[in-house]
Amino acid sequence: MTVTTPILEWRGIRKRFGGKTVLNGLDLEVDAGRSLVIMGGSGQGKSVTLKLALGLMRADAGDVLFEGKALSGGLGRHQQKLYRASGVLFQGAALFDSLTVWENVAFRLINADGRSRRAARVAALEALDQVRLESSVADLHPSELSGGMQKRVGLARAIVGRPRILFFDEPTTGLDPMTAEAINLLIVDLVKRLGCTAVSITHDMVSARTIADDIAMLDQGKVVWKGPVKDLDQAREGVVQRFISSSAGPPPAAG
Amino acid sequence: MAAAARLTLLAPVAAVGRLTLGLTRLTGALTLFALRGLLACLSLPFYGRQLLQQGVAIGFMSLPVIGLTAIFTGAALALNIYTGGGRFNAEQIVPQIVALGITRELAPVLAALMLAGRVAATIAAEIGAMRATEQIDAMRTLSTDPFRYLVAPRLLAGVVTLPILTGVADIIGIAGGWLVSTLTLDFNPAVYARATVDFVEVWDVQSGLIKAAVFGFIVTLMGCYHGYTAIGGARGVGRAATRAMVWSGVLIFATDYVLTTLFTRG
Ligand SMILES: Nc1ncnc2c1ncn2[C@@H]1O[C@H](COP(=O)(O)OP(=O)(O)OP(=O)(O)O)[C@@H](O)[C@H]1O
Ligand SMILES: [Mg+2]
Repeated sequence: MTVTTPILEWRGIRKRFGGKTVLNGLDLEVDAGRSLVIMGGSGQGKSVTLKLALGLMRADAGDVLFEGKALSGGLGRHQQKLYRASGVLFQGAALFDSLTVWENVAFRLINADGRSRRAARVAALEALDQVRLESSVADLHPSELSGGMQKRVGLARAIVGRPRILFFDEPTTGLDPMTAEAINLLIVDLVKRLGCTAVSITHDMVSARTIADDIAMLDQGKVVWKGPVKDLDQAREGVVQRFISSSAGPPPAAG
Repeated sequence: MAAAARLTLLAPVAAVGRLTLGLTRLTGALTLFALRGLLACLSLPFYGRQLLQQGVAIGFMSLPVIGLTAIFTGAALALNIYTGGGRFNAEQIVPQIVALGITRELAPVLAALMLAGRVAATIAAEIGAMRATEQIDAMRTLSTDPFRYLVAPRLLAGVVTLPILTGVADIIGIAGGWLVSTLTLDFNPAVYARATVDFVEVWDVQSGLIKAAVFGFIVTLMGCYHGYTAIGGARGVGRAATRAMVWSGVLIFATDYVLTTLFTRG
């Protein structure tokens, strides 16, 4: 029992949609306390990989293991245990638009943990403060916020239950570089301060280098490269090199 | 050539087969969904706040439309029965037939149709939009079962409020008949009222209310089902809303016939 099991592990995952194979024997693991970033081209199955772990989709073959035990999906007990231990930031923030900002952040506390609304509100305001949002937004509805603020609210909702494992699906996509940078730093800070494990998806090399301990590159339904972020530039795989060079930003202006 | 000809000949058969398979699959999925919904109604945690909100949105807000529908229907019904009754020199039958028609048939069916128009589409659009924007996925990761939080309160609100709305429609509909009869058809107000009260049996009202409870389940179930299973973004949400409304209507009429058969046999 001295060997540490990874906190989360994808084993031989296969997933097809209609005739199209998206994941073709995906193997991937995350060690507790590390921040893993999954990268890859559009449509390579990054979101699907996340959704499989979250029991929002079923794999055709293979298992996702949480603390060494296979997740059953949906309403299974072990899946519920993962939900209890995790916070998720969805790509579009996925805030409940019928609820106010603080009710969104406090959703788990009120509806799953049975906390009183008053206590939940206090906790929600605290979480909003952690993502640097003024308490004046607490009583607004999500539709009254900008995209960047919605992402922050999503982030606050993800961290409010003191999760051990955080999932971020493209936390900075669609944001201006300044806001993106702020969100990245926030994520790094939160992961460090809460001591969480983090699994993130991003297209953005700058984001990845900021928030990752490890990077996994997804291509053709498999992980083609995985390693610590400092080794990324030494990677020989063509996909990785293309990814690095194409997202290096515009070349410096001549003259 | 021969193969192609055979294919054309078989095309109608294939179409019927496809339709049958499709309907069977839909019935199965719908039954499972309904069972999950019922189970969620009967198990904890119970979201009272949601139920209250839905009760107001589904029930209370429908009062004006259903009241208006009832009063005009009662009035028109009285006029028609008066004309029809006149052909047998039986004009005095108006209060009895109005009461029977309203309580057993018209109040529950019309209230349900109004609810289908007002509520089924709204529910489908609401839940469909939540599906499209991953709010339902988010809810599950927040350890909250969408069937308990979203579906159960709506189903319960439908089952509880539609009978109440129907009860109100009974009274307003009969009052509509009474008004037009006493104002334009020279009925004595007290005699008309007496005739109604003496004639109506408890079962007339009860059977209508039972129908209403079933219709309330159907309308909210259609809204929830089509919203929950909506695919394809904004267009999918629009499609879900239309389907919820149309299927509510069709199922209300079909179920009404079945229930009426059961209720009139005994
Ligand atoms: N529910 C679904 N039904 C059918 N096909 C799906 C579904 N979800 C994903 N797919 C398909 O699976 C493939 C991978 O999707 P996924 O969302 O995981 O890509 P991604 O790597 O996250 O891409 P992006 O970077 O663009 O978000 C896509 O081709 C997509 O069309
Ligand atoms: Mg994606």
